[in-house]
Parts: sequence; structure tokens; C-alpha cells
Amino acid sequence: MNQHENAHADKSVDTLTTDTATRRDFLKAGAVVAGATLAPGVLFYGVAHSRPAEEPASKAVRWGMLINTQKCGDGCKSCVTACNEENGLSGKTGPQDSQWIRKVDIRNLQTGAHHELPMLCQHCENPPCVDVCPTGASMKRADGIVLVDRHICIGCRYCMMACPYKARSLVHEPLTEQKPDVPRGMGCVEACTFCVQRVDRDEAPACVDACTQAGHNAMLFGNLNDAEGPIAKALKSMASTEVRADLNLNTGVRYQGI
Amino acid sequence: MMAKSLLKRGIGVMLFAVGGLLAPLSVAQAGVDVPKLPPAKGASKCVEDTDFMRRNHMDLLKHHRDDTLRLGIRTTKHSLKGCVECHASEKTGSVAANKEDFCVACHSYASVKLDCWGCHATKPAQKSAQKPAGHPSAVSGSTRAGGDK
Ligand code: SF4
Ligand code: SF4
Repeated sequence: MNQHENAHADKSVDTLTTDTATRRDFLKAGAVVAGATLAPGVLFYGVAHSRPAEEPASKAVRWGMLINTQKCGDGCKSCVTACNEENGLSGKTGPQDSQWIRKVDIRNLQTGAHHELPMLCQHCENPPCVDVCPTGASMKRADGIVLVDRHICIGCRYCMMACPYKARSLVHEPLTEQKPDVPRGMGCVEACTFCVQRVDRDEAPACVDACTQAGHNAMLFGNLNDAEGPIAKALKSMASTEVRADLNLNTGVRYQGI
Repeated sequence: MMAKSLLKRGIGVMLFAVGGLLAPLSVAQAGVDVPKLPPAKGASKCVEDTDFMRRNHMDLLKHHRDDTLRLGIRTTKHSLKGCVECHASEKTGSVAANKEDFCVACHSYASVKLDCWGCHATKPAQKSAQKPAGHPSAVSGSTRAGGDK
């Protein structure tokens, strides 16, 4: 919570010391946006209990996401763009390009009901990708975030075949200009990390912030284990679905309205 | 008796070996072809003694990478990102863009292949000069850094 206040103070200092008009305007716009994100942000900090750097992730927390497909904007791709920007993905959507989050259209042919929703790694509690990985590179962190340890991934792609959600991609070509917080490289499989680099410093994943900033508020991120937290409360009070619940994977990502 | 003379001979061999190790070093100090490393910026001192780092940086990094990735421990003292922030050269802004840059200079001298840079960024995160100051990750990055050792 401290960090949050600091972050805010930093911003106002910056606003005061900038001197070019365009920059100031930009910052003003930024401040408005920051205000908009404040509400979910506060909720998020409320459940996160900022973890000191030397403390490992804890089993007491399970990170999860609730996506309201009724609120997801028609044709809006803010979450996808924000993910690409945060994680240094190219944004291309060819068969060999990495996509960590995609917008999916679903339509009921009988009733004509139409929804859009973002699809990403569901951070399964019982992840098939981890089951099949021959090297131990696919792994689940104590707080439920499923990751690939690129140091030992051999690029065999078993996990890609095992994932029911097509959530994983293989990096086919050498990469340059990676983000310092998000190492990625040729020959390794990768997928959504829930922006683990942001979560570890008490921020929500980039897609969630972007959705809020775009005014849709369709994505909620938080600790599923915190009964008083916003996400557990929402899950308790509203009907929600796991995609392919029949597989018993107990996904960390849940959907409303489908 | 036998044992004693063997021991003596052993010591002789060891001394010879040490002499052998030292000889190229003194030549090197005379300025033959030791790598010239670009100066580190930032802190005046490395996180560990230079001699220790020369021999053990790979072990520290390997240990740290497992702690960070698998356990979520985010201390910055032995993080690769920290190395890059201090050791990126003035000229290229990178630790591995050309032969004179910090990592490459030494590794090509020692003839040890480097795999880190297939995935990791060789340049420090761009500071607010390039990135808008209001960027959330830039802001919290700086507040977080203060809390770490
Ligand atoms: S959604 Fe796919 S990649 Fe993500 S944890 Fe489940 S099986 Fe693994
Ligand atoms: S591609 Fe990598 S992470 Fe996936 S199963 Fe093979 S070794 Fe494991």
C-alpha cells in the first residue's frame, strides 16, 4: 500500500517538474487515466499484501481472473495490445507468431447470441502442460501462476499439444530487443504469465489495467483464496463458468455470461 | 622415508605448477591481450569482490535465476538485470553488442560460449527520458528498487 502512495507521489512530482507543454498535457492525460484505474487498483492492493522481495510466492495466495463477457467491448483489442506491449510480443498473428492472449468470437447458432471474450492461459490448478513436460520446464508457482522455465525448456512442444486452450506458442525465430523484465528467445515455448513481473510488484496484469482504462471493466484480477477480496466475492455472488469445466482442471481464469 | 621424499617431490611439483600459472599473468599485466573492460557505471563497487565475481558470477546467476523464476524471490543483488544496468557500455548501451562490451570481451578471451543473451535483454530498461514518466511500470519499478538490497 505504501508503494502505491509512493507511486502516486512520484507522478505528481514529475508533473510539477516537467516544462514542455506536450509532455505536461500527456502527463495530465495520464493522471486522469491513473485515476480511472485507482478503484480496481485499490481493491487489488487490498488483497495482495505486498510481498517483500526476499520472500517466495506463497501457497496462501492463488491468483485468478474473472472475465465478464457481457462487458467485453465489441471489437476492442485493448487487452491484446497491452499484453504485446508489456511482454515485447510482435503483435503478428500468423501460425508461427506468439500470442499470449487472443480475442475470440463465440456465437450460438440456434439463438444467435454473440459474445466476445479474451482467451489466455487459464492457469489451471492441475495443468496438463506441467503433467506432460518431460524436462520439468513447465511449472506452477506456489501462488498458482503457470510458467515455462526457459532455462531448461527443450522446445519439444508436448505442452502445446496438451493444453486444451491453445494457450502456448513456440518462438520460432531469433529475437532481439527483449524487455528486461520478460526474457524470451528462440526454441522455447511460452504463454501468458499473468504478467508475473507486475504481479510481484503489486500491479495487476497489463490486460486487466488496459481493459479498465478502456472503460470496459470486463476483467477482474485478484487472489481467489481471499474470501473478502473482490474476486472471491464476485465468484460467490454470480454465476461463472470454467471453459471446458468437464476436464476438471480447476482453472484460475473464469468467465461470466457465456 | 619413502613417504617423505614423495611429499617433497609433490611440493616441488606444486610450486612449479603455481609458477606456471603466474607466468602468463605477469605477461598479461605487461599489457599483452587481457580484455579491456568498459568501466561500470552506477555504484562505485560491485555487489561482491571483483576476484570473487570473476570466478563465481555464473553460480550466483544460476542460483538467482532459479530462486526468481521458480519461487518468485525478487531480490536484486545477484540479478542479471542488475549486472546489465551497471555494465552496459557507454558506446553501445549494451553488455553484448560488440566485442568490446563487458560480457563478450571476457567471454571471448576465455573462450566460453554465452547463452544468456538469446533471451535476456542486453540493455538496461529505458529510463523515463524515453518512456513517459507516468508509465505505471516505470514508476513502480523505481519505488520497488528502493526497498531491495
Ligand atoms: S491453460 Fe494450457 S498452458 Fe495454461 S496452465 Fe492450463 S494447460 Fe497449461
Ligand atoms: S516445449 Fe518446453 S515446456 Fe513444453 S513440454 Fe517441451 S520442454 Fe516442457
